[in-house]
Amino acid sequence: MKKQIKNVWLPIRTLIIKEILAVWRDKKSRITLVVPPLIQLIILSHAATLDVNNISIGIFNQDSGWYSQELTQRIKGSPYFKHVYDYKKPQSIRESIDKQEVILALHLQPNFSKLVAEGNTAPVQVILDGRKSNASQIVFGYLNLIFQSYNRDILKDQGIDVPEPISIQYRSFFNPNIEYIYFTVPSLVAILSMILALMVTAMSVSRERENGTFDQLLVSPLQPWQILIGKMMPAMVISIGESTLLMIAVLFLYNIPFKGSLILLYFSMIIFLFSIVGIGLFISSICKTQQQSILGTFVFMTPTMLLSGYATPIENMPPWLQPVTNIFPIKHFFIIIRGIFLKDMPTLEVLRYSWPMVLIALFTLALSGWMFKRRLE
Amino acid sequence: MSKNKDAIHITSLGKTFPGSKKAALDNINAVIRPGIITGLIGPDGAGKTTLLRLMTGLLLPSHGKVNVFGLDTVQDAERLHDITGYMPQKFGLYEDLTVIENLNLYAALHGISEKEKSEVFEKMLHFTSLGPFTTRLAGNLSGGMKQKLGLACSLLGKPKALLLDEPSVGVDPVSRRELWKMVSDLAAEGICIVWSTSYLDEADRCSEILLLNEGKLLFYGPPKDLAKQVSKGGKEEIGFEEAFIEILGGSHRGESVLTKHMSSKKVKDAPSIQIENLTKKFGDFTAARDISFTIKQGEIFGLLGPNGAGKSTIFKMLCGLLQPTEGRALVSGYSLKTAPSEARLRIGYMAQKFSLYSDLSVKENLNFFSGVYGLIGHHRQTQIEKMISIFELTPYLADNAGLLPLGFKQRLALACSLMHEPDVLFLDEPTSGVDPLVREEFWNHIQGMAAKGVTIMVTTHFIEEAEYCDRIALIYGGSSIASGTPMALKEMVRSKALPKPTLEDAFITLIEQFDQRRPL
Repeated sequence: MKKQIKNVWLPIRTLIIKEILAVWRDKKSRITLVVPPLIQLIILSHAATLDVNNISIGIFNQDSGWYSQELTQRIKGSPYFKHVYDYKKPQSIRESIDKQEVILALHLQPNFSKLVAEGNTAPVQVILDGRKSNASQIVFGYLNLIFQSYNRDILKDQGIDVPEPISIQYRSFFNPNIEYIYFTVPSLVAILSMILALMVTAMSVSRERENGTFDQLLVSPLQPWQILIGKMMPAMVISIGESTLLMIAVLFLYNIPFKGSLILLYFSMIIFLFSIVGIGLFISSICKTQQQSILGTFVFMTPTMLLSGYATPIENMPPWLQPVTNIFPIKHFFIIIRGIFLKDMPTLEVLRYSWPMVLIALFTLALSGWMFKRRLE
Repeated sequence: MSKNKDAIHITSLGKTFPGSKKAALDNINAVIRPGIITGLIGPDGAGKTTLLRLMTGLLLPSHGKVNVFGLDTVQDAERLHDITGYMPQKFGLYEDLTVIENLNLYAALHGISEKEKSEVFEKMLHFTSLGPFTTRLAGNLSGGMKQKLGLACSLLGKPKALLLDEPSVGVDPVSRRELWKMVSDLAAEGICIVWSTSYLDEADRCSEILLLNEGKLLFYGPPKDLAKQVSKGGKEEIGFEEAFIEILGGSHRGESVLTKHMSSKKVKDAPSIQIENLTKKFGDFTAARDISFTIKQGEIFGLLGPNGAGKSTIFKMLCGLLQPTEGRALVSGYSLKTAPSEARLRIGYMAQKFSLYSDLSVKENLNFFSGVYGLIGHHRQTQIEKMISIFELTPYLADNAGLLPLGFKQRLALACSLMHEPDVLFLDEPTSGVDPLVREEFWNHIQGMAAKGVTIMVTTHFIEEAEYCDRIALIYGGSSIASGTPMALKEMVRSKALPKPTLEDAFITLIEQFDQRRPL
């Protein structure tokens, strides 16, 4: 009568089908998987830039000589600034910075041209908006370039040809024009894939706990490792699909070079997603309700975003903190995904950054499998 | 209070849900009077909740109209909400707030001024006897107390019409009596009360009943007249329950279809379930104290007790879902928590709360549970089809399990726990909230299975169900205060005052005796 087989894969297959059906059945979760990540990718790729664009500055020029006019023209002619305001009175400088019209203002003294013509050093006062210290520093940098070339030209005109002792020529490898989008978009693919994989898994067990269906699974003949695989595989399928969607969007929407090997990228992405699914399932296995799961996800997300090297370089962190960053899988995957996108990262390098993620995955998955049983109290 | 003689006019009311071909309600006409309790009865899926929601203006009628104290539910929906109180099946209490915080919240929602509040609260707390529990979290109240608090909250707006959707589901007999008393007092004040229920004893006590079946109004009038209407054929006087079953197309009694094709289990000598000194503590709270019993193969063993007595805790320890603090619980000689999956393959489990996958269809749920229990190929298909035909699930196969009427949810849950033909079946309040027809059908199956050698452990708070059990343990305050056959329990309380005790008498007397003995 009983044809129940020893085959352990049938229950797992049933679990997987159920998980995918559950996500697919729900129209809302179906849309959530596709639309918001794409919108976020498009919007965030433009928002998360460190370039300083669309900046206005102001000039209060009290000098009417040729040299100050020339300097003003050069500044106005440069592509960095959206608008250059001419101030007629000194108070305008303060007002304009207060109103955040400009991030920086120049003040040229009445005797500027005279001093230059006489071969003296002419001071230029530069007032920066300290509230935006980073951006104003960058703008000041742009301005300095203009000053330097102007200095050189004046000296040449005046017949003093001083060869510059050092001339710095910048050239960025792998991102020759320092396009920030080259840097942000691959990172965004990683971040968005991570958030989705986390969401899909972090809720999966706690939702079942909340609905009482997890009890049904626990009283069934399923072993914890079977439940684990049954929870893990659908999440992997969904997350890999999601990442693929994002990659396709990136390659079509942006002209980002893809230099490396697609196989290596998928290999490392699968490892990365395993580690994220592990973390998600772990969060889920210790939470009783979906609400707790969401909180748990946030508790994990905040340090991840701040310590992964996306927001600030890891090298700038205090030495004791730097090793801690290794526990965040996305830190390693950032290096890999940028490496594969922008330079043809060799296999050995990819492996070098992949193994910490393998460890994280093994550890968290084993822990959550154990927690399935532990949480019986 | 309005002197208007009629409270609610229902005129050729019909409701068809989008995407559904069948009408949920079809041409209902009724006039409901204030000052009495009008019962809304019928099997699950009859349209009781739909009718109540139409009366509150939460649903729009497809045709016809409802008029409550002169207000049309469509045009005057705003003003209608001021004069109606509606208590859905699961009232929206905030479980993380205390009793008084819940009252405060609902008082604020109903715009009750601070001045009035203290007086109204005092009245409500007295009325519900919740006075001593004002600082307790609503989530920690028993089922009966929750319903009373829900009732108090829906009364805060001083409604002229009170619509109660199955208020006594999940409430133990003692609390049910209290709840009924409270609502009768309200009716006496002139409030119009509609009480939907699937308990026939309650229906019998209503002044008038509306009997719905499959969206049609089968009977409207005093309960006594139902029996008259049915027995018109000349039969002698019949009871209300018989009349009810008769009008709905007769009884399911007889051999259970389920067990007809079931082979008998092999007889084993070892006890199916063995519990030794089982104790469970949650912090300071002892949910189960020193419980011991042994259940033989083919026995129906009932755990009977009021809400919150610890029935579910004992039950979960047996299934391996809770770890006992002391003692052990063995099923066929195994502790289920550590048992190999072969041992768990021998049990079936049906949880108290509906715990199938709500987003999956009926068919998908059946597929899922058969797969999890390792049924394959032809055997799997036949088992699934058998369940579909036995529990008459065919019309619902493609529907999401979460949207089924309660009775069908319970049928599906039973089906899912049975497909692998377990030796031991755990049923946690399987008939809570289902109508008498389904309840009868369930017990028919249960008794049939027991006859075939399946051991059944069931919890219930229905006294009448306990009569069907071979043996009962009466659980109260975490302890087993008495156990034995139903006869033996009645024998225990037989006295001069109670020469022919019913099981309900035994239940109440044993609890009282225990309370007196217990040092406080």
